Amino acid sequence: MMDVLTPVSPALEFHHVTKRFPDAGYNAVDDVSLSIDEGELVTLVGTSGSGKTTLLKMVNRLYEPTAGQIVLRGHDIMAADPVQLRRGIGYVIQQVGLFPHMTVAENIAVVPKLLKWDSARTGARIDELLQLVQLDSAEFARRYPAELSGGQQQRVGLARALAVDPALMLLDEPFGAIDAITRDGLQNELLRIHAAHRRTYLFVTHDIREAFKLGTRVLIMHGGRVQQFATPDEIAAAPANEFVVELLASAGTSVGPSGEASVETSGGMSAGTSVGTSTGDDVRG
Amino acid sequence: MAEAWQQFMAYGERYPHKLVDALLQHLQIVGITLMVSLALAVVLTLLLMDHRRAAELAVSVLGALYSVPSLAAFALLIPLLGIGMDTAIVVLVIYNQFLLVRNFLAGLDAVDPSTVEAAIAMGMTPLQVLLRVRVPLAFPVIMAGVHLAIISTIGIATIAAVINAGGIGVILFDGLRSHKIAKILWGTALSAGLAITANMLMTRIERLAEKRLHFS
Amino acid sequence: MGSRGDLLVQIAQYFATHGSEYVHAVVQHVAITLAATGAAAVVAVPAGIACSRFPRVRGFVTGVFSTLRIIPSLAVLFLCISLIGVGEAPAILALALLAAPPLLINTTLGFSRVPGAVLETATGMGMGVARIFFTVKVPLAAPLIIAGLKTALVEVIASATLAAYIGAGGLGTIIFTGLGLLRSDLLMIGGVSVAGLSLVVSALISWTEKRLLPWEA
Repeated sequence: MMDVLTPVSPALEFHHVTKRFPDAGYNAVDDVSLSIDEGELVTLVGTSGSGKTTLLKMVNRLYEPTAGQIVLRGHDIMAADPVQLRRGIGYVIQQVGLFPHMTVAENIAVVPKLLKWDSARTGARIDELLQLVQLDSAEFARRYPAELSGGQQQRVGLARALAVDPALMLLDEPFGAIDAITRDGLQNELLRIHAAHRRTYLFVTHDIREAFKLGTRVLIMHGGRVQQFATPDEIAAAPANEFVVELLASAGTSVGPSGEASVETSGGMSAGTSVGTSTGDDVRG
Repeated sequence: MAEAWQQFMAYGERYPHKLVDALLQHLQIVGITLMVSLALAVVLTLLLMDHRRAAELAVSVLGALYSVPSLAAFALLIPLLGIGMDTAIVVLVIYNQFLLVRNFLAGLDAVDPSTVEAAIAMGMTPLQVLLRVRVPLAFPVIMAGVHLAIISTIGIATIAAVINAGGIGVILFDGLRSHKIAKILWGTALSAGLAITANMLMTRIERLAEKRLHFS
Repeated sequence: MGSRGDLLVQIAQYFATHGSEYVHAVVQHVAITLAATGAAAVVAVPAGIACSRFPRVRGFVTGVFSTLRIIPSLAVLFLCISLIGVGEAPAILALALLAAPPLLINTTLGFSRVPGAVLETATGMGMGVARIFFTVKVPLAAPLIIAGLKTALVEVIASATLAAYIGAGGLGTIIFTGLGLLRSDLLMIGGVSVAGLSLVVSALISWTEKRLLPWEA
């Protein structure tokens, strides 16, 4: 799982990307440049206010960069129509955001319908996806979100985002509100799905154990800046700076590619406060 | 407009006792209605609180009664009870049962079961659990029901004037029948003033109660 | 007032001699109700949507309309009628004013309560503004709008009965005649009809609600 992929032409590039929100006295994302290869599962980890979510949301243009350029598979995203751009990017958030007035099947069918797939193809895809996220189609397809548990809702959220097999998946703390045992199962399934299809994933979390368990590479952010961007092994072997050391220490000693993820940790949070350079609470970040 | 205002002022100067009488009569109807309503609602709530099915059924029946227009309700009760204030009060009490019983039950139901369990585990009797734990915690919802009932009673009591119950409605009906804008304006001012005053008073009481009983 | 047997005979007699008059009253009552509620909805629903977008306006408008709801309907109705005149059209206008607050307040609430996460994923999935409005916001605001519509209809049916006092017609005429002559048969016929109309309309809305909004169950 953790072997570094042979680089394809970069799937996603950030060139000097900066974001400053109106009325904020600081940059939420500050001059970030990096390149992500096709098929990587990059985890973004940092404290709240570190800029990780802001960075993610600039990719599908929910936020627009103040400066810099984001290039998706060779195309500047600012040149694309944002609505068309988003139909090709899977998006999963912590609150899931399933449409309460649509059944599970209808939720999954939203983007296929936007792309005018015929109903046979859509129907077949729904069954395929429900199987992929291990929900019985006969039992769940016609249920409404209110009739599902939190874990089941997020499985459907994942299936919905995967519906048109997008080249890029953006996941914003998707398992953050889910209990530890269910979360562990969902993490394993995400790894399985990613391994099977080798699409590019960007996964935001504040849980450093989760970041190390899932990421082919881990992007550690603080104060809007990249602290280190490397494989879990490299980070564990050679932390780039004091902040990364503190972050690792706060998560305990078992962090690493083979680290146990069954213990819940708020390591990222305490690290941020102990370093004391946090930019404060940024609800958008 | 100016003319209507002059008539309004003149009427107020000429017939202050009529206005005061109507207001007092209105307050009397509202006061008696509330006392009877509260007593009945407490009894109904105590009977229903431990029977979920019966409670749901009762609340939906009371809800259906509440949606019967008041003039129709008065019309239907006149052949049985005749006209006058008593009939009006019966109708108003029936309407209030929906607002009060619904909120009382909902408030008691919303109390966290683990809080109730803790109270029982500490050795409280069922009555103590009710009076010391459930009622205080349900108090905001209970008061919200009382608030609604007061506003609703003030409004519907104006309509009771058609069955000779008296009150502010008499001024409104008289004014419309005899095309006297001054009376309509006084009727509106008194009934609206009463409703808005009661609303402000209840809002204040609710806030005070919230502060004393609650920590949020 | 006569015995119960007499009352039934009188009621039967009324329907035998005044059948078409009765039907006319029912039709008129329904027509006035629909016209007033419809007129209110045409103004209040778009206004409510507009309010939901501007939090400052929202606070002000819902405050004003909440106060309007506290004022006894009889006073609102009679004051309006005495200002704009007697008859069917002024009555409809006055009734529309009574129907507007619940529609406006509930529309505003309905649209402001659409969860942010749902809107965020809708945008993230590539839905345009118009599509999000019609396929996400409207259905999710619908339960509260329909609840407001129900309140408005029940209020208008009741107040239309009172409007009969100044010659707006409808079922209230039968009740006021019954009150004037103290005739139990007319009181029973009018009372049962108005109560029935109100209950039928509430039931109809609840039924539509269940069919239209299956996810609410």
